[in-house]
Amino acid sequence: MPDPIEFVGKVNLFGLRTMIDAIRRPFEVAQILRQIAEIGAKSLLLVISSGFALGMVMTLHTRGTLVTFGAEALIPTVQSLGFFVEIGPLVAALLVSGRVGSGIGAVLANMRATEQIDGIESLSIDSFKFLVVPRVIACIVSMPLLTLFIDFAGLMGGFVSEHASSGISFYLYLSRAFASLEWSNFVAPTAKTAVFGFIIGTVSSYFGYTTNEGSQGVGRAATNSVVVSSLLIIFVDVILVKCIFFLFPENAL
Amino acid sequence: MNEAPTGTVAFDRVSKAFGARQVLRSVSFEIRQGEIVCILGRSGTGKSVTLKLLMALLKPDQGKIWVDREEITGMSEAELSKVRRKMGFLFQDAALFDSLSLYENLALPLQRLTTKSKDEVDAAVDSVLQQVGLAGDRLKRPSQLSGGMRKRAGLARALVLEPRILLADEPSSGLDRITASEIDDLFLRQRAASNTTILIVTHDVHGARKVGDRFAVFDKGDLAAFGTAAEVERSEHETARRLISEV
Repeated sequence: MPDPIEFVGKVNLFGLRTMIDAIRRPFEVAQILRQIAEIGAKSLLLVISSGFALGMVMTLHTRGTLVTFGAEALIPTVQSLGFFVEIGPLVAALLVSGRVGSGIGAVLANMRATEQIDGIESLSIDSFKFLVVPRVIACIVSMPLLTLFIDFAGLMGGFVSEHASSGISFYLYLSRAFASLEWSNFVAPTAKTAVFGFIIGTVSSYFGYTTNEGSQGVGRAATNSVVVSSLLIIFVDVILVKCIFFLFPENAL
Repeated sequence: MNEAPTGTVAFDRVSKAFGARQVLRSVSFEIRQGEIVCILGRSGTGKSVTLKLLMALLKPDQGKIWVDREEITGMSEAELSKVRRKMGFLFQDAALFDSLSLYENLALPLQRLTTKSKDEVDAAVDSVLQQVGLAGDRLKRPSQLSGGMRKRAGLARALVLEPRILLADEPSSGLDRITASEIDDLFLRQRAASNTTILIVTHDVHGARKVGDRFAVFDKGDLAAFGTAAEVERSEHETARRLISEV
């Protein structure tokens, strides 16, 4: 990996070029839809199953403490707030970073190693616009949708766990879960995952598209994509949470 | 070269280095329309780099490159895109897109760069597949094709936009002599049918002598010899003489 400052500069320029090319004709609609199917739809099972299991585990952990304080009725509220505000967006982003980030990095690096990117350029097709922009847009579009799925899967996992312990009805669980949830608890944290999608798409594409190490670069691009995008997601999350608190002060309570 | 060259392709004192390694050193040559030129030389002497410079996939450090009487070295990406449409490139490993079928690989440039209708695209793809003998394989993925078939598929993609100039990077590498000879025949047929200028980087001297009108021999980044087989055989450069004689 290059010097950190040089790397940050290069990735930023790469991201800027992506944004400019995204609003420049021709719009790669077919490629974007193909990538949304590849990135979004194929991550759905992983996201839903992880969210469901995480929801169950979280309820198992919080139940004991809340019962001790006689706050058993708050379990659905804690579950929904926890998932919608932070756990859902962050876990979905880290899961997608692992599955999709490594995939984008490896695929583009392999295309570079096997001269497929040169092949695209030789056909007078802008390889950056054809390969990178659709992947980044697909990540931006898919992340909020996947976050919704992990949020609701987490709630369902929590319900199954709580139903097994206390026999609570589905209707009562849901009404308690959403009783304290404001729109601002839901909209801003879900929307911030579009930024996570941009990070995953841009960082992974950068490592894959710019590699020049032949077949050795494929594995390295995949690993670097996951490591760097995961770290950036966690770091940027802190900044975005502060921004959300600034814009919606009631969320900071 | 002080004036615009009359040839279809021209290099004027072109140099290229990768870091400390000088790959090409002040290379100049000119190729006429409809000519087949084979580029010979030992590995790592700048043969493939020459093709990539011509396609503007790499930029020269020094010198000028002319394609169809247009100097491409100072061109913007948009201008280069127009020049690239005049050329087709057969890559060493064909460089077909793994995720697309053979038909989609060939249809992609037609759909994006021409105003052809779907029927016209189908007809053009079928015609070029017929030409390279892959008419029955249009729905196969590149991974389902043999080495020789992949080469022919790569050639089909290079020809689908009907280029004036065809560049081929080691078209016979990894192929048996018969299959390599079939690829050579395709080059000759293409030139006969469309008067296409063809540049071939190859280690196959037998095939090169079969198709080539003239030969460029590279040695350690220098253009050691350039001319007909007889001229290269009489060259003062020993490596050039040895390379052209190795049949």
